[in-house]
Amino acid sequence: MKPQILVATSKGLIVLTARDNSYLISDIHFAGFPISFVYSDPRDGTWWVGISHKHWGEKLHQSSDFGMSWQELKVPSYGNSEYRPGKPALLRKIWVMQHAGVDKPNCFWMGTEPGALFFSADNGQTITLNDGLWNHASRMDDQQWFGTGKDFPFLHTIAIDPRNSDHLYVGVSCAGVFETMDSGKNWEPRNAGLKATYLPNSKSTIGHDPHQLLICPAHPDVIWQQNHCGIYRSSDGGKMWSEVSGEDGFPYYGFALAIDEEDPNTAWVIPAKSDTARIPANLRLEVYRTSDAGASWRSTSSGLPAKNAFDIVLRQAFSKKGSVLVFGTNNGNLYLSTDYGESWEPISQNLAAVQAVCFT
Amino acid sequence: MAKVRFTTALNSFFPDLKDIEVNGSNVHEVLSNVEMQFPGISNYLREENGELRKHVNVFVQGKLIKDRQGLSDKVNGDHKILVIQALSGG
Repeated sequence: MKPQILVATSKGLIVLTARDNSYLISDIHFAGFPISFVYSDPRDGTWWVGISHKHWGEKLHQSSDFGMSWQELKVPSYGNSEYRPGKPALLRKIWVMQHAGVDKPNCFWMGTEPGALFFSADNGQTITLNDGLWNHASRMDDQQWFGTGKDFPFLHTIAIDPRNSDHLYVGVSCAGVFETMDSGKNWEPRNAGLKATYLPNSKSTIGHDPHQLLICPAHPDVIWQQNHCGIYRSSDGGKMWSEVSGEDGFPYYGFALAIDEEDPNTAWVIPAKSDTARIPANLRLEVYRTSDAGASWRSTSSGLPAKNAFDIVLRQAFSKKGSVLVFGTNNGNLYLSTDYGESWEPISQNLAAVQAVCFT
Repeated sequence: MAKVRFTTALNSFFPDLKDIEVNGSNVHEVLSNVEMQFPGISNYLREENGELRKHVNVFVQGKLIKDRQGLSDKVNGDHKILVIQALSGG
């Protein structure tokens, strides 16, 4: 099986297949439907897709044969839980999915909006609400868990410690980063060192906006974070975050983040100008790379448009596997690098808005 | 029995969906009986707490139902019911 990349767009799922040191579009699924997330389980190759139908609600589909056939499964249910007193919690979107560890076959985690974590132990036949996070003392507080340009907070990131599958982190916008050491029974906020400039107390324990969170596979105590209020890195498993935004405040704001699987000091971001001007700085679409743990950043943007670009890259629309990096933009442009992000080539410039990309 | 018609947009997900006649004294009962014939369709029409999805409309005898939460609008045996998506997005 050749390597593939799955691209979730606002109007369908695009499949790219490796060919001649690049990738070509080889298949399209769910044409016309807005794909909310896509996930390829590295344990067994199963593809998972969420669809956010405007009229019919969120749906969950699974394929065990690389897209030849699809099965619809029941979506996560909040049961009779309330988002706020008197307000029922109703699923708005599935944001993210993550397998629960190679030692836990058929088990996975799922993050949703309104912000919650779900778990399945039977490959999606039943998906249950994680009570530990849902019942966290902070969750009902409007000043600690709140929407960010949306009505509800949403759980968009799940990062598992490869050394211990009971140890994981989640990212919630807005609430922040939470850590569990006991597979979700108990959760602790891990936001020390972050700032939330939109709050009266910018050093609040909870109420942060981690746009993206990635744990270094080879050095799992190193975690990178593209936050609403800068770029951060932790070298102690999230106990303390250090801001590593660029000098003079750029790169700073953005959504997309990629990190090296081996080198804990190397990461890539695709910054926007600011949260009030969500366009590329100087209208140049640029990728920035650090190789010194964020002490310095340099543009690695050969092949990307150097003028008149309005593209923004969303939090799940940038990914890396080995020497290959890929990202898709809100304007339907898809770019690929096969040389660790030094140079880029357009794969397509005619897609719908790209929500997420995922290597198989 | 009430006659139920569906928007053709639902045929993308339920290819065999067609006009059907089902029993029921109110909209809730009618849609529950529709679910019996087309398993899974309730998840497309209703939220998990049973209320009608925001962008789904149900008409009874040409009139939009009033109780979108409990679907208690009365239905008689000769009523015609239309299930259709609301216009949204221009």
